[in-house]
Amino acid sequence: MKIIVCVKQTLDTNASIEIKDGAIHAPGSARIMNPYDEFAVEEAVRIKENQPDTDITLITLGGENSRDILKTGLAMGADRAVHIIDSDLDDFDGLAIARKLYEVIKDREFDLVLCGRQAVDQDRAQVGPALSVLLDIPAITVVTKIDFSEDYSRVVATRQIEGGAERIESPLPLLATCQKGLNTPRLPSLKGIMAARKKEVVEITDLPNTAGSVENDAKLRILELSLPPQRKSAIMLEGQPLDMAKELAQALREKEKVL
Amino acid sequence: MTDKSSIFVWIECQGEQIKPVSLEALHCGLQLSESSGQKVCAVLFCGSKVPDLSPLSDFAPHSLKVFSHGRWQDHNSQAVSSTFFKMIQEQSPRLILLPASNHGKELGALLSGLAQAPLASDCIEVECLGENDFKVKRPIYSGKAYASLALEGAGLHIITLRPNVFRGESGSATVLPEADINTTEPESLSLIVREVIKEAGKIDVTEARVVVSGGLGMQGPENFGLLEDLASVLGGTVGASRPVVDNGWRDYSNQVGQTGRSVSPDLYIACGISGAVQHIAGMSGSKCIVAINKDPNAAIFSVAQYGIVGDALEIVPLLTAEFKKILNG
Repeated sequence: MKIIVCVKQTLDTNASIEIKDGAIHAPGSARIMNPYDEFAVEEAVRIKENQPDTDITLITLGGENSRDILKTGLAMGADRAVHIIDSDLDDFDGLAIARKLYEVIKDREFDLVLCGRQAVDQDRAQVGPALSVLLDIPAITVVTKIDFSEDYSRVVATRQIEGGAERIESPLPLLATCQKGLNTPRLPSLKGIMAARKKEVVEITDLPNTAGSVENDAKLRILELSLPPQRKSAIMLEGQPLDMAKELAQALREKEKVL
Repeated sequence: MTDKSSIFVWIECQGEQIKPVSLEALHCGLQLSESSGQKVCAVLFCGSKVPDLSPLSDFAPHSLKVFSHGRWQDHNSQAVSSTFFKMIQEQSPRLILLPASNHGKELGALLSGLAQAPLASDCIEVECLGENDFKVKRPIYSGKAYASLALEGAGLHIITLRPNVFRGESGSATVLPEADINTTEPESLSLIVREVIKEAGKIDVTEARVVVSGGLGMQGPENFGLLEDLASVLGGTVGASRPVVDNGWRDYSNQVGQTGRSVSPDLYIACGISGAVQHIAGMSGSKCIVAINKDPNAAIFSVAQYGIVGDALEIVPLLTAEFKKILNG
C-alpha cells in the first residue's frame, strides 16, 4: 500500500501568543509537528507494521525550518519525505495550500492520504477535504478508527459527530483526516532517528500552480489579527462554602442572566 | 427564485429533527440579508419523511429547498456536497452559510474545493463589507488570537459559524415559504454510511449552553457524577481538561482545549481545573466563566468572572442544591 501523509509545522500548544507588527509572535516557543498530524503519521506506521510492503511518503509545505518535523516523521517510521519550500506562503489561504499539495501528489501513486483533522494554528479543517476534491477521491474527516477489509481494498472508518459517531465505508483510494483517539503516537526511537538520517528528503522550490478548473472570482484577505479582549479580574467569593454557593447562584441568575 | 445575489443556508438535520445550530445560521443569514438585500434560501437534506419544518419559521428564509429521499436519511458528505455543488452551479449564490459542526465543517471544506471558493471556518462575527463583500472574525490558535478576514469579489464565498454565537430572539411570526421538495434518488457514490451511533440524551459540549468541566482536582472518574448532576440541573453537559482525558477518566469528545474542542457556552464552570494555556484557549470565548479551585493562584482565575477558592468536591454539590432551589422556585 502507498500512503501519503500531509504534515504541518505549528507552534507548540504550550505557547502564549503575542501580536507584533501584525503577525503572530511567540518568542522562545518550540515548533512542533501539528499534534493531529502525529496521529496521521502514527496510523501510517501502524499500517506498515501490519503490511510490510507499505510505503509512506510525508509531505510538508513551509519554510526551511519545517524540515525538523519531516525528520521526526521519518524517525517515527515514514520512508521518504517531500518538502515544498515556500516562505511566501499565505497561511490564511487554505485553498492555495490544498492546490500546492495537489500539484505534488497528483502524479504519485497512492492508496491512502492521511492528514490531521485540522492544524492547531489556523484551526480551519479545510485543506484535507479540499485536497480530496482536487484528487477526486472521497474524504472521511475527524476519524478515530480505521479498519481495512481483508484484501486492503476497502476501509470502514469511525468518525466523530456531535454526541456520537458514524461508521463510514469507502473504497481506496481515500483521504482521511485524523482525530485524537485514533492511536497514541510513538516517540521516535534512537534507532529510528539514526535510520531517518539516511532517508530521502526531496526539496521542491519551484512549484507550478495549475489546479482548479472552476473559475471563481472570490478571494480571502487578512485584515488584522487581534488578541482576545482582556477579562476583568474575577470576583472572588468569600465566606463559608454554603454562603459562596448561594451568592454565586444568585449572581448568575440575576446579574449575569445566564440561567 | 434565487439569483446571483442569494445566500444559501445549509439546514443540518439529525435523524428527523432540525438541529438548533441550523437556526443560528439562518438568523445570521437574515441579518446579512437585511443590510445587503440578498435573499436567503434554506437548503435541507432529509430522509423520505420531511421533518417538522416549523422551527424554521422563527427565522423564516425567503425560499426553502428540500431534498427528501430515504437515501438522504444518514448524512453522506459525498452525496450532499455533489448535489449542493450542482445547485451552486445552476444558481450562482454569493454566500453559503453552514453551522461549524463536524458535518458542517466537512461540507464547507468539500464545497470550497468543488467551487474553488474561499472558506472562513468557525466564525464568531460576520458582517457585510460594502455592497458585495463580507468581513468575518474567527478564532485562530483555538482562541489565543483572532483573525479578521475580508471575503471579496463577486464569486462564491463559504462561511461556517461557531455554535452558540449567532443565536437570536425568534422574530415576529413570519410565514414559512412553501418548500420546494425534490424527491429524486441521489446518485450512487463510493462512500456508504454503515452506522450512526448516538449517545442518547447527551448534549455535545460544543452545542451546550452550559458546560460544567472537571480537571484533575476532581480526583477520579468516580467523582464526575457530581458534575453530571450539576450539568443536568442547568440543562448543560460535562466537559473535561486534557489530563482527565489522557488518564482515561472521560471520553475524548469531552476534552475542551487546543487539542480538544473549542466551546462558547453562556456559562462555563471549571471545577478543579488549573487553567493550562491550551485549556484557556478552548473556553475563553464563553460568555460567563466560573472557576472553582483549591489553589488561589491557579491560572484559571485569570479568565473567570467568578472565583471560589475551595475543594470542587465540596462546593459542586452545594451549587447543585442551590441552583435546583433557584430554578424550581
